[in-house]
Amino acid sequence: MEPFKFLKAQNNEAAIAAARSHGAKYIAGGTNLVDLMKLNIETPEHVIDINKLPLDKIEELPNGGVRIGALVKNSNLAYHPAIVKKYRVLSEALLAGASPQLRNMASVGGNLMQRTRCPYFYNTDFDCNKRNPGSGCAAIQGFNRSNAVLGTSDKCIATHPSDMCVALAALDATIRVQGPGGMRTIPFADFHLLPGQTPHLEHALRVDELITYVDIPAMPYASRSYYLKVRDRQSYEFALASAAVILNIVNGRIQNAHIALGGVATKPWRSGLAEKVLTGAVPSEQNYRTAAEAAMSQAKGYKDNAFKIELAKRTLVRALTITGGMS
Amino acid sequence: MNPTLGQPVDRVDGKLKVTGGAKYAAEFPVKNLAYGVSIVSTITKGRIKNIDMRAAEKMPGVIGIMTYQNAMQLHFPSGGGKFAENDLLPLQSDRVLYGGQHVAIAVAETFEQAEHAANLVKIEYEKQPEAINLEKNIGTAYKPASGLGGQETQVKRGDFDAGFNSAPVKTDETYTTPVYHHNAMEPHATIAEWDGDKLTVYDSTQSVMGVKSLLTSILGVPPEKVQVYALYIGGGFGSKGFTWANTLLAPMAAKQFNRPVKLVLARQQMFSTAGRRTQTVQKISLGAGQDGKLSAIKHASTIETSFVDEFVEPVGVATSMIYSCPNVDVSHEIVRLNRGTPCPTRAPGEAPGTYGLEAAMDELAYKLKMDPIQLRLVNYAETDEHKKKPFSEKSLKECYERGAEAIGWTNRKAEPGTLKENGYLVGYGMATATYPANRSASSAKATLFADGHAEIECGTQDIGTGTYTVMTQVAADAFALPVDMVKVKLGDSSYPRGAQSGGSQVSASVGPPIRAAALGAISKLINLAITDKASPLYDRKEVEIITENGTVRLKNDSTKFETYIQVLNRKGIDKLEARAKTNVSTRQTGEPTPAMPGSPEAKVEEESQTNAAVQEDEKTNRKDYAFHSFGAQFAKVLVDPELGTVKIEKLAAVMDIGKVMNLKTATNQIMGGMIFGIGMALMENTQYDPNNGRVVTRDLAQYLVPVHADIPELEVQFIDKPDPYISPIGARGIGEIGITGITAAIANAIYNATGKRVRDLPITPDKLIA
Repeated sequence: MEPFKFLKAQNNEAAIAAARSHGAKYIAGGTNLVDLMKLNIETPEHVIDINKLPLDKIEELPNGGVRIGALVKNSNLAYHPAIVKKYRVLSEALLAGASPQLRNMASVGGNLMQRTRCPYFYNTDFDCNKRNPGSGCAAIQGFNRSNAVLGTSDKCIATHPSDMCVALAALDATIRVQGPGGMRTIPFADFHLLPGQTPHLEHALRVDELITYVDIPAMPYASRSYYLKVRDRQSYEFALASAAVILNIVNGRIQNAHIALGGVATKPWRSGLAEKVLTGAVPSEQNYRTAAEAAMSQAKGYKDNAFKIELAKRTLVRALTITGGMS
Repeated sequence: MNPTLGQPVDRVDGKLKVTGGAKYAAEFPVKNLAYGVSIVSTITKGRIKNIDMRAAEKMPGVIGIMTYQNAMQLHFPSGGGKFAENDLLPLQSDRVLYGGQHVAIAVAETFEQAEHAANLVKIEYEKQPEAINLEKNIGTAYKPASGLGGQETQVKRGDFDAGFNSAPVKTDETYTTPVYHHNAMEPHATIAEWDGDKLTVYDSTQSVMGVKSLLTSILGVPPEKVQVYALYIGGGFGSKGFTWANTLLAPMAAKQFNRPVKLVLARQQMFSTAGRRTQTVQKISLGAGQDGKLSAIKHASTIETSFVDEFVEPVGVATSMIYSCPNVDVSHEIVRLNRGTPCPTRAPGEAPGTYGLEAAMDELAYKLKMDPIQLRLVNYAETDEHKKKPFSEKSLKECYERGAEAIGWTNRKAEPGTLKENGYLVGYGMATATYPANRSASSAKATLFADGHAEIECGTQDIGTGTYTVMTQVAADAFALPVDMVKVKLGDSSYPRGAQSGGSQVSASVGPPIRAAALGAISKLINLAITDKASPLYDRKEVEIITENGTVRLKNDSTKFETYIQVLNRKGIDKLEARAKTNVSTRQTGEPTPAMPGSPEAKVEEESQTNAAVQEDEKTNRKDYAFHSFGAQFAKVLVDPELGTVKIEKLAAVMDIGKVMNLKTATNQIMGGMIFGIGMALMENTQYDPNNGRVVTRDLAQYLVPVHADIPELEVQFIDKPDPYISPIGARGIGEIGITGITAAIANAIYNATGKRVRDLPITPDKLIA
């Protein structure tokens, strides 16, 4: 770990001002950042503790949506009655992630900002374009079983690790951020960036912006939703493939389908292709399979992870089947 | 008073451990302590061209950087103990033979300063072509002369070809297992402190005596000037049986910088330079008659080792004796790779070997359309056909029977893939477990104090398995005292030589001398009483006296007694001491070597000449018997047919390990082994980068071990029949057998559920949906 200066911010404005210092990072739960600092992957010169900021509330909005403070702990969000009732898929995704101890510490904002668990990113002895732009990607020719098959580039195939973000992608969430000039909102789909030629750029947040809230719109049909995660052990492990599914079934037809995939893509992967197949279709095993084929139609497998393409399809079919079968 | 041995006594060190009172190697409060951080190689093979430590040395708090250019010269190890990297003593040259090898130690006033300094040391390397892949370097394979501990690696009995070619039913398949890492909770850690020419080392080791010997020979310090402590150890699983570079580097740095130094390996470093299990490729051919009787077994293992030592895991060792078969061919060939060296890992040999063999036996059972248990019974070995000796005790048939009952074997369908529950495919599998019962020469000292309590000192250690507890029970019974009146002290190299905690030998090895030493002290006490006119036992013979709950009394008259305290106080004696050494080995090769004349150990041997318990124990001729533990492992699994995920519903083990000394710690040991087996079967594997051979999965997020949710109901039963020949206690070791057979039982259950035979561990979802 490199030496750093530590500052406790007392309010949003102070945090944002401090973030303009060279090499500054916010810290909330620290469940990812501290690990990365210990391994010299993150070497911030200034660490700004934002835990005092008034961003730890979950608020039900008059329009039926929910506003979640960036400092809300993952556990508190997962067990909040409004989330459990209205957005079952989000609660399930949160509880599928990490361990109780980590969820008790990890914040919503931190979860949005968590970085890939690609083993080559985690090991500074190897080349990684995300960690050290231009050095190359050791994963593409290396051991890449955990890596992505969607949204990859010739510079990076790192998987986005979050479960929560997969559910938020399906829920059409909006990220509210505050900067020196005031607030702005970022649609969830635009928040995380594809690696392209610049895999070190991971999100749309500016250096001096602070995530304040995540808004989830009213979605009465989102109680018919499900998060399915397939992994190498029963708990405390990242997804090989996961699916967040919301189906609005009216008179025996799917009026709205929200489908997002995790564990297989370089960012939380909303699948418009799969949704298109299902919108207006009858809920059936065959249509689910067609949707899954569409979802993975642009996937590209590598030496060790090609199995994820079929596994993701099966995961999605299962999630759709379970969701479609809900009363 | 009933004997405590066999009772489920709570761990005597349990409270200390859960309250933080138990001190582990890195936790000893040493004054003026400096912190070392290791810098490890970032190339796989080559030479160090340049080390630039100017930036590091300028940092506040930095005491110095130790490299091959300034480190003290070491001597080649000789005598006792096993240094893990005999061909690469640390910091002696510019050679790099694997990625993650120690190349420098940064020492500073605080851990954080040392860490930072380590990051600032810039090392330039000259890379050389490396050997990193077992299959690609198969051309360099050779047959090793022997395996771990001198075990045979090439065994031939009868004529395999004849037996195989004429067999009507055959299987002939290859089974592969990846590299595994032990991942003990406590990392390898050492504190070293010099006081003039006297060295004190606190180390996390499975052998305080081995560490002491190696510090003596490698650093060139006389044995009487070396003191090693390992009071509590946070797991070893074999990784701390050999001694690693950290144990040398701490005293080297302490000498160089004239400060006590603490050196703890980072978890990532433990994946390169603290041992691992070898990768195996096992070609197994079985030939059998229509009745299932084996006519031929071939178990040909190709494994890998490093360039820094020649560790050979005897993968096929159990195959030579586990079943009755006239024609057996067990062989090993080995390839050297630029990896950190493998070393013993819980059940070295048997753990991967019983996976391969017992999966092959399962395949044979399906070909024969025979129940897998029946196939084992048809081929039941009544004697050890390799050593041509009777077993000291074997109740394996009862293990199969009780295990089948425990798992619900009658629910198993012979046709794979036909049993379904709630959308899952259900399967049952079983396998045989086996591990040799090792016992080696050990000694102990017993002291009975005038306040009525007793102490034992023994130079073995408790690596988390329960040695403190079961040895307290052994001593309590011998002293006829309640367990809370007996204190067992271990993990100190100044105590009489005890066994190393490896090869499942501690209980069988140190139990008898602890018992004998305690009985020796009691004998002295009785002799004090019967020669004392003031005693109610005056003028009685020793054989007429028995001990009971802290008293000596006449066997035939319970009114004639007095307490230990009374005897000693009347005589004004504050304590009675006795030492005992049992010079016994169950290994088939070599004789126990007597101690050097005049040494402290020689005095123990001399005292043992008149110790009745030692003399009785040493009378049995162990060479007449084959000493093995056996068991049966059973698994019930649920497999998701589309997603390929496996959920283990239940595991059952029935173990024949001689006398059970403590039902709690014994159950705990077997459960631990079974959980290791879950890891081997379903998730554990270390991946090396295919391009440069360095470890990719080097932390507990990338290297998966089972978590609570993976661990199902584990039912553990014991036959609990004392082994009449291993020792007067009748207990065989139990540390490793729990991991043998279990991996195959799970793999076989997955086949029974799905009809898919995955012969390449671990069995992950991708392999089941392929």
